[in-house]
Amino acid sequence: MIKSVIRKNAYYDSVTLMLISRELSKMPGVEEVLAGMATELNLELVENLKMVTPELDGLGPNDFFISAKFDETQTSIEALEKKFFELLNDKKSHSDGQYQPPTLSSALNHLPGANLAQISVPGKYAAAEVEDALDAGLHVMLFSDNVSIEDELRLKQKAVEKGLLMMGPDCGTAIINGVPLCFANAIRHGKIGVVGASGTGTQEVTTQLHKMGGGLSQVIGTGGRDLSEAIGGLMMIQGIEALIADPETEVIVLISKPPSPSVADKIYAIAKSSPKPVVIDFIGGNAEAIRAAGAYPCLSFEDAAAKAVALLKGEKVKDIDGINLPETELEAIIDKAVATLKPDQTDFLGLYTGGTLADEAMKYLGESFPIYSNIPLSPEMAIEHLEGVHGNICLDLGEDQFTQGRPHPMIDPQTRTEFFVSHVDEKTAVLLVDVVLGYGSHEDPAGAVADSVAEIRQRLGKVGKQIVVVASITGTELDPQDLASSTRKLEEQGILVMPSNAQAVRLADRIMQKVLKGV
Amino acid sequence: MAVKDLFKQELKIINMGLESFYKDLRSQNVSAVQVDWKPKAGGNTKMASLLGKLKKNQ
Repeated sequence: MIKSVIRKNAYYDSVTLMLISRELSKMPGVEEVLAGMATELNLELVENLKMVTPELDGLGPNDFFISAKFDETQTSIEALEKKFFELLNDKKSHSDGQYQPPTLSSALNHLPGANLAQISVPGKYAAAEVEDALDAGLHVMLFSDNVSIEDELRLKQKAVEKGLLMMGPDCGTAIINGVPLCFANAIRHGKIGVVGASGTGTQEVTTQLHKMGGGLSQVIGTGGRDLSEAIGGLMMIQGIEALIADPETEVIVLISKPPSPSVADKIYAIAKSSPKPVVIDFIGGNAEAIRAAGAYPCLSFEDAAAKAVALLKGEKVKDIDGINLPETELEAIIDKAVATLKPDQTDFLGLYTGGTLADEAMKYLGESFPIYSNIPLSPEMAIEHLEGVHGNICLDLGEDQFTQGRPHPMIDPQTRTEFFVSHVDEKTAVLLVDVVLGYGSHEDPAGAVADSVAEIRQRLGKVGKQIVVVASITGTELDPQDLASSTRKLEEQGILVMPSNAQAVRLADRIMQKVLKGV
Repeated sequence: MAVKDLFKQELKIINMGLESFYKDLRSQNVSAVQVDWKPKAGGNTKMASLLGKLKKNQ
């Protein structure tokens, strides 16, 4: 039975709807269900799922619908609708019941002195809202993606003209005046300022800083395209200048995927004239050019954090590129891990929720063995070129291809849970994962990984096999999901928990080297 | 307001979109207000842009 119910002019945000859809799909007798706004994308999804009904005709993006395929002896569309509103009320009841003004201008009246707009509406509507916010003199954190590069350029030019921040689009993280915005960790206050063009890379640097005893003045996000030729680094430059002018900031850290060469030159020139030391991790940026600018190049996000903390303390700056364990102890861990594997287990699998962390992993591991990915280091290593189903793979599960119609895996672990089932098999030797804590993230990402690994151990145990699982946690003890209990949950499943992504990657590499030698 | 002045002020945030971000802010006692947002002009972007132009000319 396929049926739909609709409600015209009832708007709910996409993440809420996707999370509720998933709850509804667990109801008895439900084969498939989609609760969503009638956007083009959702209507296309319904069509693909073959759940189109006449009720959906003529609906628009402000209209809400539920379409479901179900066994009518077990449930009904009315029961699904009832459950939807129960779940929605349940989510709303955690809200504080404050009045919610309908527009930006009414919100400005409601919150006198407002100085920042945090915007995460669907991308096609975002530019207009950002424009209004900038016109009202607000700084902007723009989480939405699917904003055109033309709009991004125009809005950033406007922001620069007005001396405002326009962090984004697709900006996942920032910490302004100690307040974590969107996806950010709880970090102690301090004297290191960060400008980041990549979300989880910035989260990794800031949590590492915290673990090393450092603290943050400000973290300014720019969005991933800021250092492209088209945008020219407008927001990173604005951010660096703000941190130079900020009396609290003593050391500046810049984080990005490799920028366009001309933009990189611009950034190096500013770094050269900076009266404050500048640490730069452009994941594979030109170390010589960075040194020539009097700045500090880095080997990893952990290394960037260590250098910033050393500079702040006036200590000698050195490269951090090892594993924090005595070699004999490390050897013992590696030998013990490899001993659990059978000779035909030779595949490496990295399943990441943080894109930049996956980048960092591939940059290092790619030196040791070929590694296929949906965000490959070079085009010939794109996942579609992998013949058959076996090989060394590292995936960024937060990419659009995996998140159509479902929340990002940092919000909802379900996507990765499914990959643990579909991609970990009798050939897998080493599984490498990230666990990202902090505001915005799922309430217990470590628990979800631990449950999946328990399932894997049980499944592979039936054929007399085990796998080696290596993880790192991007988080602090101040985050809402406790770091200590997260670590414990992973360790209880025999997961090797390393203090940083870089160290987890190096350990995975050492184990794989030994595995591959044995072939 | 220049960025360096923002750094000296208490952050007051207007959140538009995902309500979970608003809840995170309130859980930390940050001054914030959630906009009850929905696409302007029933999601008709052409109409919304015309409305925007009219508003600016007012």
